[in-house]
Amino acid sequence: MRIASLLGVLLFGCAGASPRDRVLDRGNGPEPSTLDAHRCQEVACGNVLRDLYEGLVAEGADGKPIPGTAERWDVSADGLTWIFHLRGGLHWSNGEALDAQQIVASFQRAFAPATTAPFAEQFGALRNADSVQQGKLPPTALGVEAPDARTVVFHLVRPAPLPRLLLLPIAYPVYLPAVQKFGAQHTRPGNMVSNGAYRLRAWLPQAAITLERDPHFHAPASIAVVRYDVTEDAGSELKRFEAGDLDLTETLPPQPLPQLRARFGNQLRIEPYLGAFWFGFNVTKPPFDHRDRKHSAIALRQALSLAVDRDKLTLYLTGFGEKPAFGIVPPQVSGYTAPAIPSARWTQAQREHEARRLFRIAGYASNDPPTIELRFNTSTLHRRLALAVAAMWRETLGVHVTLRNEEWKVFVQNRRQRTITQAFRGGWIADVDDARNFLAAFASDGALNWTGWRDPAFDTLIAKADVEPGEARRNALLAQAEAKLLAAQPVLPLYFYTSKHLVKPWVGGYTANPLDHHASRFLTLKAAAQ
Amino acid sequence: MIRRIARALLEAGFTLWLLATLCFALLHAAPGGPFDTEKAAPPEVQAVLAKQYRLDRPLPAQYVAWLGDIAHGNLGPSFQYPDYRVSELIALGLPVSALCGGIALILAIGIGVPLGLIAALRRGRALDRVLMGLSGLGLAMPKFVVAPLLVLLFAVTLHWLPGGGWDPDTPWTLLRSALLPAIALALPNLAYCARISRASFLDVLSSDYLRAARARGLSSSRILLSHALPPALLPVIAWLGPALINIVSGSAVVEQVFGIPGMGRYFVQGALNRDYTLVLGVVLVVGALIVLINAMTDALRVWIDPRLRDA
Repeated sequence: MRIASLLGVLLFGCAGASPRDRVLDRGNGPEPSTLDAHRCQEVACGNVLRDLYEGLVAEGADGKPIPGTAERWDVSADGLTWIFHLRGGLHWSNGEALDAQQIVASFQRAFAPATTAPFAEQFGALRNADSVQQGKLPPTALGVEAPDARTVVFHLVRPAPLPRLLLLPIAYPVYLPAVQKFGAQHTRPGNMVSNGAYRLRAWLPQAAITLERDPHFHAPASIAVVRYDVTEDAGSELKRFEAGDLDLTETLPPQPLPQLRARFGNQLRIEPYLGAFWFGFNVTKPPFDHRDRKHSAIALRQALSLAVDRDKLTLYLTGFGEKPAFGIVPPQVSGYTAPAIPSARWTQAQREHEARRLFRIAGYASNDPPTIELRFNTSTLHRRLALAVAAMWRETLGVHVTLRNEEWKVFVQNRRQRTITQAFRGGWIADVDDARNFLAAFASDGALNWTGWRDPAFDTLIAKADVEPGEARRNALLAQAEAKLLAAQPVLPLYFYTSKHLVKPWVGGYTANPLDHHASRFLTLKAAAQ
Repeated sequence: MIRRIARALLEAGFTLWLLATLCFALLHAAPGGPFDTEKAAPPEVQAVLAKQYRLDRPLPAQYVAWLGDIAHGNLGPSFQYPDYRVSELIALGLPVSALCGGIALILAIGIGVPLGLIAALRRGRALDRVLMGLSGLGLAMPKFVVAPLLVLLFAVTLHWLPGGGWDPDTPWTLLRSALLPAIALALPNLAYCARISRASFLDVLSSDYLRAARARGLSSSRILLSHALPPALLPVIAWLGPALINIVSGSAVVEQVFGIPGMGRYFVQGALNRDYTLVLGVVLVVGALIVLINAMTDALRVWIDPRLRDA
C-alpha cells in the first residue's frame, strides 16, 4: 500500500483526504433549477441562495430568525403593520448601496405575474399579494412600501408570522438593474449581483456552483470559497466524501445505521427534520369515499391506520432515527403542541385489536376484504414501505393490496387529478417553521389536497387561526384543526423525517436545526486542517 | 461527388427531421408535464408558465413553432433550468462528453487493438485464453458496477484521483476529473475492440497474400505493420460508429456516478423532467453527431480499402 501511495503521489499528485485550502466543498443534491431567488422552489437552490442573499430577516446557525438586512422590526398591536428598520451601510456585491426602495422594488418584481414565483401564495396575508400575482392589480399595489431609505413597511390583511415568511427565497432582494439588462441570465457569474455573505464566482451546470466571500457583507464569512457540488446520487456522494472530495454531504444512501456509525463515528449527523411521510386516501373514490349503509369509509381508513406498525417501519426500513408519526405536524415545529392522539400511546397489539374491530364496523371481514391499490413513485424506500404496509394490512385485516409503482411525473399527475388513485404516497417538508404549512394543504380549496377530503369545520379553524394575532392561540386553533383531520383519517401518518449528513471533523460551526438549513457564513474550516 | 454529398446531406436532414418529429410526438404523449411537481404552482402561475413556454397552444401549433425555432438555430429555453437556453447547456455539456468519450475511445483502440493482435499471435495459448477471458469480463460488467469499483479503488482507497466532480481550473485537474469516467466508459469498448481485432487479425494472418509476403522474405514487423494491420483494422473502423454511439448513450450512467457535467445526463433528466426543449435539443445534436460519425467512418473505410471505392 505504501508503494501504491507513493506511485499515486508521483503519477497523480495525491488528492488525499485533507481539505483543500480554504475551500468548503458541500454536496448539494441535484442541480439547482435556478438561482433566481424569486423562482427558487427546491432545497438545492435554497441552499445556494441562502449564502448569496440576505433578506430583511435571516436564519441563525440554529435556524431561528435573526436580524438580516433589517437590524430590528416592530409590529403594530393588531399584527397588521410590520416596520423593518434597515442596518446602515448595506451594499450589493458590486459595491452599490442597498436601500429600502430597492427592497420594495424587488418584492414587487417577485409578485409580478411574469415572475411566476412559487412561494408567493405563502404571502396570502400581505395586502393585495394574491391580486398582484393574478395580474388583477399592478405590482405597485402590493402592501409593501419604503417611507424612507432605511425603512420597509408591510401591510397585512390578517396577522401572519411575517419574520418566518421573510426567510423564504422570494423575500431576498434581487438586483433589478441586472434583471432588466440580462433577463433570465442575470443569475450568471459576472451578471449576478447579490447582497449576502458570498457572491457568485462560477456556475457549471451539473457540476458545481462556486461562491466567494463578499467583502461588502456586514459580517464577513470565515470561509473564503464555498463550492456546492451536484451530487445527484447519494451512493456516489458518500464515496466522494470518503475520498476526501467533499466536506459535507447533502444526504446519505439507505445503508444500515450501525455500519455507518462504525465507519464515520461523529462525522455522522442525524437530526430531526421538519418533514412528515404519510400515505393518503383518496376520499372521493371507493373504497375510501363515504360509501353506503353497509360500509363505513372512515372506519376503514382508521382500521388501516391502526394496523400499521410504525415502530417496525422506522426501525427496520427507514432506519435513520425517524420518529413514528400519528399526526401530520412534526413535534419540532416552534410553539406548537400537537393534539393528543390516544392510539399513539397504545401497544401495537392494542392498535391491531382496535383495527380489527373498526374493520368489522366498516362492513368488512377477513373473508370479505376490500382490495386496495397503493400507489407510489419510483424509489427503493417507497417500494419497501409500500410492501411492508401492504403486508401489515394483509396480516392484520386480510386486506388485498395491489402495489402500483409509477414514474414521478405520472405519479404526481395522477395524485393531483384524484381520478384513479385510492391509497397513495404523500408527505410534506416544511417551507417555514409553522404548523399551518403542514395543515393548509388539507383545506377544501387547497391546491395540494390530494385526498379530496373536505370539512367546513376544519376550514373554519384554519380561517380563525389566520386572523388570530396571538401566536399561542393561533397554534391552539391549528392543533384543533389537526385533531379534526386525524379523526377523519384521510391520511395515514407514518413517520417524521430526519436530516442526514456527513460532516468532516475540520468543519466547525455546524449546528443542527429542524429546517436543516446550514448557511456557510456560520461554518468554519478549523485551522489544524488548513 | 457533389451529387453524392448533396444526397448524403439530404438523407441526413430527413433522418434528423424524422427523429425530432418522433421524439416530439413521444415526449408530448407521455403523461405528466414539465410543471407537475410535488408542490404544484397555483393555477394562475401555471397559466403564465404555459404561455411563456407556448404550452397553451394546440400541439400542431407548438410543433410548427418549434420547427421554426430550429430552422433559426434556436433550441429554446430549458423548462427545468430556466436560467439557461438549451443551446448553452449543450455547449457546456458537449465538450465534457467529448473529452471523456475521446479519451475512452483512444484507450479502447490504443489498448484493444494491440491486445487483439497479441491474442491472435498467441492463438490457443494461455495468454490468448487469459486475454479473451478478461475481455469477456469487461463486456459482462455493466458500467454502473465498474464505475463505483473504480471510485472505490482509485479515489477512496488509493486517493490517486477524485471520486467525482469536474474541475476545469487547469488542464491537469481537468484530466484528473476525466480519467476515471473515461476508463469506465472505455472498458466494455476496449474488451469488444480486443475481440474483433483478434478475429480480424486471425483472418488476415491466415490469408494467402501474407503467406506470399512471408515467402518473399519480408520481416515479421513489416508484414504486420504494412500488410496485416490496414486490412485488419477495417472491422475496427466499421465498429467505430456503433462504439461512439455506445459511448455517448452509455455516458448517462457514468456521468451520474462521477457527477460530471456531460450531455448524457440531459437525456435521462430531460426525459424524467419532461423538459421538452432540452430532450429535443440533445436528441438533435446527438442525432447529428451520429450521422456525422457514420459518414466519417464510411469515408475512412473507403480511404483504407480501395475495393470499396467503386461500390
